[in-house]
Amino acid sequence: MKKILEKEHRTLLTGAEAAAHTMRQLRPEVVPVYPITPQTPIIETFAQFVADGFVDTEIINVESEHSAMSAAVGASCGGARVLTATSSQGLALMLEICYIASAMRCPIGMAVGSRALSGPINIHCDHSDSMMARDAGWVQIFCENAQEAYDLSIVGQKLAEDQRVLLPVMTIQDGFTITHSAEPVALLPDEAVTEFVGEYRALYPLLDTEHPTTQGPFALPDYYFELKRQQVDAMENVYAVWGELQEEFAKLSGRRYRGLFEAYKLDDAEYIYIVLGATAGTAKVAIDRLRRQRKRVGLLKPWLFRPFPTEEIAQALQGCKAVAILDRALSLGSWGPLYSEISAALNTVSARPLLYNYIYGLGGRDIRPDQLMSVLKDLEGESDANVQRFIGLRE
Amino acid sequence: MPNTKALASYEEREKRFTGAHALCAGCGTPIAVRAVLNAIEEPVVVVTATGCLEVATTRYPTTAWNVPWLHVAFENAAAVASGVESAYRVLRRRGKISKEIRFVAFAGDGGTYDIGLQALSGALERGHRFLYVCCDNEAYMNTGNQRSGATPFAAQTSTAPVGQESFGKIQRRKDLTEIVVAHRIPFVAQASIGDWYDLANKVRKAISTDGPSFINVMSSCPRGWGHDANQTVKITRLALETCFWPLFEVEDGRWSLNYVPEERLPIEIWLRPQKRFAHLFEPQEKTELLREIQKQVDRDWERLLQRCEVSACASV
Amino acid sequence: MLKRYQELPLGGVVVGGATLQLVKTGSWRSGEKPFYDEKRCIHCLLCWVHCPEATILIEDGQMRGFDYEHCKGCGLCAEHCPTDAIQMLSEMAPSPCP
Repeated sequence: MKKILEKEHRTLLTGAEAAAHTMRQLRPEVVPVYPITPQTPIIETFAQFVADGFVDTEIINVESEHSAMSAAVGASCGGARVLTATSSQGLALMLEICYIASAMRCPIGMAVGSRALSGPINIHCDHSDSMMARDAGWVQIFCENAQEAYDLSIVGQKLAEDQRVLLPVMTIQDGFTITHSAEPVALLPDEAVTEFVGEYRALYPLLDTEHPTTQGPFALPDYYFELKRQQVDAMENVYAVWGELQEEFAKLSGRRYRGLFEAYKLDDAEYIYIVLGATAGTAKVAIDRLRRQRKRVGLLKPWLFRPFPTEEIAQALQGCKAVAILDRALSLGSWGPLYSEISAALNTVSARPLLYNYIYGLGGRDIRPDQLMSVLKDLEGESDANVQRFIGLRE
Repeated sequence: MPNTKALASYEEREKRFTGAHALCAGCGTPIAVRAVLNAIEEPVVVVTATGCLEVATTRYPTTAWNVPWLHVAFENAAAVASGVESAYRVLRRRGKISKEIRFVAFAGDGGTYDIGLQALSGALERGHRFLYVCCDNEAYMNTGNQRSGATPFAAQTSTAPVGQESFGKIQRRKDLTEIVVAHRIPFVAQASIGDWYDLANKVRKAISTDGPSFINVMSSCPRGWGHDANQTVKITRLALETCFWPLFEVEDGRWSLNYVPEERLPIEIWLRPQKRFAHLFEPQEKTELLREIQKQVDRDWERLLQRCEVSACASV
Repeated sequence: MLKRYQELPLGGVVVGGATLQLVKTGSWRSGEKPFYDEKRCIHCLLCWVHCPEATILIEDGQMRGFDYEHCKGCGLCAEHCPTDAIQMLSEMAPSPCP
């Protein structure tokens, strides 16, 4: 097997290419692939790695995302490490099987290049696809940039395969904004990744014909509830395992993802922005500018959306004056998905800040630092809290 | 050549599929499943689509299976089998598995003709080495006898019922076996629980094929078809004798018939004992419809004969 | 005894093989069960071929009786017996073949 990287290497990569490098370094046994914008360059880059002999993965060129996830579950039950990638409608088509993958405790790793759901059809970024899948029992990791997409999909795979977790993991990067933008990315040596993640050993490999197992049986009211309850435990274990793995990863890479979210200038912040994914980069620019105006503002960027860092976020927000929760998805008929989570998280907090919900960036609508900066006026008391507002919408 | 003693000795050694299941008395599907699994000598892994076979054999925490068995959903048995087979290939290449293992997917006609057709087509086109067995009982029986793409013309089902304005299903069944043949896979066959010997032979051929293989097995559902539980096999034999369900195989593109009745029985003989066709005879005989059905059978049979003749001529 | 969630294998997997002891369908029979006459049986095993429940007991290629714990009484074995060695008789009937 050819090796690309004997030592650490810093190079210019798109998020999609970075995700493909993770795939290569994780040496998966099986990768079902199906194209969809903006994820396609992930599987194309990876397919080229296989074609060039850098990794001996069995690629399955399935005929739909539904079959991609079905084949992924089959291979994972068989005892293989399985990775795949998708976006938008692809994730929607997979969704039925996503629920089954987590229930069958298949630690499948999936890169999601997030994109708006139809209709109308649109190929650009928002988080409606990932949010649609938020109850599917997958760990969901949101990444701000290509480096995070690379690092967190390595950590994510080890997390997925940890015996205390055994859940599938989605590593989500914003479509086009990250998938198609080149940034400097520090890649780890191949062997370091291979050693960090280790070999995958399935709990009950289907292909062990000496020890037959029945997988995916029919559970009635006498057992269904208990089997679902097991998944609750698995999700709860994620918090602790995440912490351990980040320590380990920091030793390996020098890059530290401390906690379950990134706290940017939060220590003395009176007004806090919360945002997922690439917009955090834009928000940091806005925060810096506002800080120069002596505004005490900070940013909270959750890496984990599932499981949601409820307690940690509640603690971080306790005592601040107001919070701007920026949702890049709708939950029609209710608040934005992130807002609902934060609102619920604050139930136990006595000094509850005012919450402001902003919907932004749907279908790839651009968001600029000045737009984020202008939100501060609302938080400072010019507008009522608990109203859903739209940034950058013609109204 | 299979014989009952040899097949039984496999089952004696390793009972792959047991009676620990809740399929109805006289169900045809487990007869097909046993015949298939007993005709395979190598270790085998089974994938099953959602359906009677799945729900009735694996009520948690029980199982009727002594072989590795996997079910994921209704429409994806072929895709799931693709995944398992791919995992096997790469794990073998990487030295993590040393055994020869064979893969069989079971699904009903709903899971194959209809909702699972795309996944099946994809898996066949990709060339995974596995045997796909469709247990065709001609309707969605697990949910209580609704019309499928496999339901015959004029059959009564709960979603194409008989009434003042309707004689049951108004369309013809789709010819799935022919659709599969169009994929040019190495082995495709039509079989029946009405001929165990033929079925066992086909399974052996299929399983030794280095690539995808497909067998469409007619298997009656006593409740859906409306006959006594002990008539399950005999009724499918009548489908052979009337040429409604001919036995044939297509090996590397060559068509051959496996059974030609000495004297073809009229289709009525197959229809009459089944309650789902009772409206064709009661309160009065629907001669027009019966004639139409006979015409369809005749046409299909002629067409099949031609294909087999052409293949026979070509191979001479 | 139904198990607590902590006691169940992860992922709803049923570990090990068939649970014949947990699924007994012999009670499904509605009054009749198969009996066989050893003298008439030619051990062709067609009953074995056609049994949906695999309840025909075979030893060294010979028919040895029925697994009544699982036999649902469908009668397919009797229907396909070429020598009429198998008959469906009342559950209460004393075995005709002592």
